[in-house]
Amino acid sequence: MTPNNSSRPLTFKGGIHPSKDGKALSRAAAVREAPLLAEYQLIVQQNVGAPPELLVKAGDELKKGQLVAKAGGFVSVPLHSPTSGKVKEISRIPGPMGVPVQAVIIVADGNDEWGELMPPLDWKTAEPQAVRDRVRDAGIVGMGGAAFPTHVKLSPPPDKKIDCLILNGAECEPYLTADHRLMVEFPEKVLRGAALLGRALGVKDIFIGVEVNKPDAIEILSSQAAGFGVKIVALQVKYPQGAEKHLISAITGREVPTGGLPMDVGCVVQNVGSTAAAADAVLEGKPLIDRIVTVTGEPVKTPGNWRLKLGTPVAEAIRFAGGVTCEPGKVILGGPMMGFAQKSLEVTVMKNTSGILLMKKDDIIQYQSTACIRCGKCLDACPMNLQPGSLSAAIESEKFDLAAKNNVMDCVECGSCAYICPAHRPLVQHFRRAKAEIRNRSKK
Amino acid sequence: MEIFIAAVIAMAVIGLVLGGVIGITARLFRVEVDPRIELVAELLPGANCGGCGKAGCADFAKSVVTGENPPGKCPVASREQVAAIAQALGIEAGATVKKVAVVLCGGDRNQEKVQTLYNGVSDCVSASLIAGGPKGCAYGCLGMGSCARACPFNAIEVVNGLAVVHPRLCVGCGACVETCPRHLIKLVPRAAKVHIYCSSPEKGAAKMKVCSVPCIACRKCVKAGEEEQFVIDGFKVSVNYDAASLVGTDILGRAKCPTGCLLSETGHLKIEAAQTGEVA
Repeated sequence: MTPNNSSRPLTFKGGIHPSKDGKALSRAAAVREAPLLAEYQLIVQQNVGAPPELLVKAGDELKKGQLVAKAGGFVSVPLHSPTSGKVKEISRIPGPMGVPVQAVIIVADGNDEWGELMPPLDWKTAEPQAVRDRVRDAGIVGMGGAAFPTHVKLSPPPDKKIDCLILNGAECEPYLTADHRLMVEFPEKVLRGAALLGRALGVKDIFIGVEVNKPDAIEILSSQAAGFGVKIVALQVKYPQGAEKHLISAITGREVPTGGLPMDVGCVVQNVGSTAAAADAVLEGKPLIDRIVTVTGEPVKTPGNWRLKLGTPVAEAIRFAGGVTCEPGKVILGGPMMGFAQKSLEVTVMKNTSGILLMKKDDIIQYQSTACIRCGKCLDACPMNLQPGSLSAAIESEKFDLAAKNNVMDCVECGSCAYICPAHRPLVQHFRRAKAEIRNRSKK
Repeated sequence: MEIFIAAVIAMAVIGLVLGGVIGITARLFRVEVDPRIELVAELLPGANCGGCGKAGCADFAKSVVTGENPPGKCPVASREQVAAIAQALGIEAGATVKKVAVVLCGGDRNQEKVQTLYNGVSDCVSASLIAGGPKGCAYGCLGMGSCARACPFNAIEVVNGLAVVHPRLCVGCGACVETCPRHLIKLVPRAAKVHIYCSSPEKGAAKMKVCSVPCIACRKCVKAGEEEQFVIDGFKVSVNYDAASLVGTDILGRAKCPTGCLLSETGHLKIEAAQTGEVA
């Protein structure tokens, strides 16, 4: 299979072009190793699905990479210690969603000494099942932000025929450059991981989609891709290009049916970060204990990309980047479009923390939202072909059944509609509420 | 003229035939309606609040007549109304505990730190989905009044960013209980006059960081009262509403709650009102 019409950068219908992409701040900054901290606060649940079961208690000695919690079910992954040291306590710290969460407080002993690693597998002969098991045992989740366990996506039910693996290197969120640096600096890791995941799925067609604003990444990957049976696809710069359904639509022209999953059209989408982590897990036996995080924004003194251990407090990460030059108005985990604003700097880096973004006070505008003027801009922007304007009206009058009928559950919460709305309506918030209410009702 | 007569005759015949059909159907498909249902429905308050668990007052009246529910199950009806229904049907009124709703949080804008600027949708469920809402405590009242809008009796008022139930207006129908995303609203026996206005399971120190009136589980109230009058759950003490003898207002003076989360329902309202300058 070849991507349709591959002479021009590919894309999907809808979406927006954020006016300020902010990637210039950190795109040239090579990934730096962060100094060892005295204490790490490892949040226990870092994956979507069942919470992992804690295996340690206060006072336990830990080695780097040692199991801290085991998977709590099929849709769950284990968690490993980011460094060697001692468990101070099992406590509760501010979580990324504003609600306190359980965390293991680890006091580092300063040696950062690896425990026993899993046996490395041979990259040429590793069996598909062995790759899947290793990806699970290494605790790998979707590192683009979703935190969905990767091994689950590698184990499609037998009635779904998968013929295409797509790796998401689009990094369409403004400001973030973690995946960009990963592809530029560790192209072989990404490509090896791609080939391994492709083998686990038994597919021939492996694509890496990269937006054209990362020409260096496209060039370096393309020059090495042939040897791994991977094709690099240039994508138009547009948000949300990296949303899995839109990536599939751009690269293969297939459309995921409403309420369906990529596997319904024979595709599996993985983030490039997760792919590189899978390569580490299979070829070196290393579990996922750190990740590349972009620490950026105008107030940051030296914006850049760091390899941060899981459990690194946001305040420390900002300190690594030289602190701030002016008082920030907002601190966001992730990108500005889909990231989560934080109220505490005690929040720590998780497997899905792609960026720590600080925004200037002047850039935070407190909008007053007004009535919908029916301009229809949201219709053009919505990549899911929904009608955000009329949906929000239905939700405001609490007509959740009507919203469900008009497919509010298909909303991917990309925020394109709210971004473009001249009446500054909090559209995504309405949809999130409706989705929560509808889910609650179906539970009853 | 002939056409005119033909039309009149035709209409008359059609009318007669249809009348006959309606008459026969009415006989054949007649539904027996118990006249007592209407009687009971008239005696009920007619609030259609759903507090009894039925679809409305008419539905509840039916269940009373069939004996499924005692008349006392209606949370809104006064004792006299219940007695009147029982008398009309010649049955027992059924003893039920009158309930009242209470919002177990005392963190208004003066007491609880607001940590973030929030200008999104003014609805508690929506706010709780965005970084857990603007207030510091992840277990506190969001103060956007979803419960107040759900109350059919206007018994909940949002005072200074905190939902407060007016016990005199509350009938205990429970329409508000489900609306709170933080699950702070409890239906408690009307006889309970003292509550601990805090629902956070966090450690005392963590609560003190974000709020000036949390329960820090010092247990002064437990020592001042009787053991079974309270429930101790980790770092939180709450009033045991199932206790044989409910804790009375006299505990307030003896317990000397250091944070001020142990309050009588009227004392709570007074404080709220004083802070907003509504009471002279």
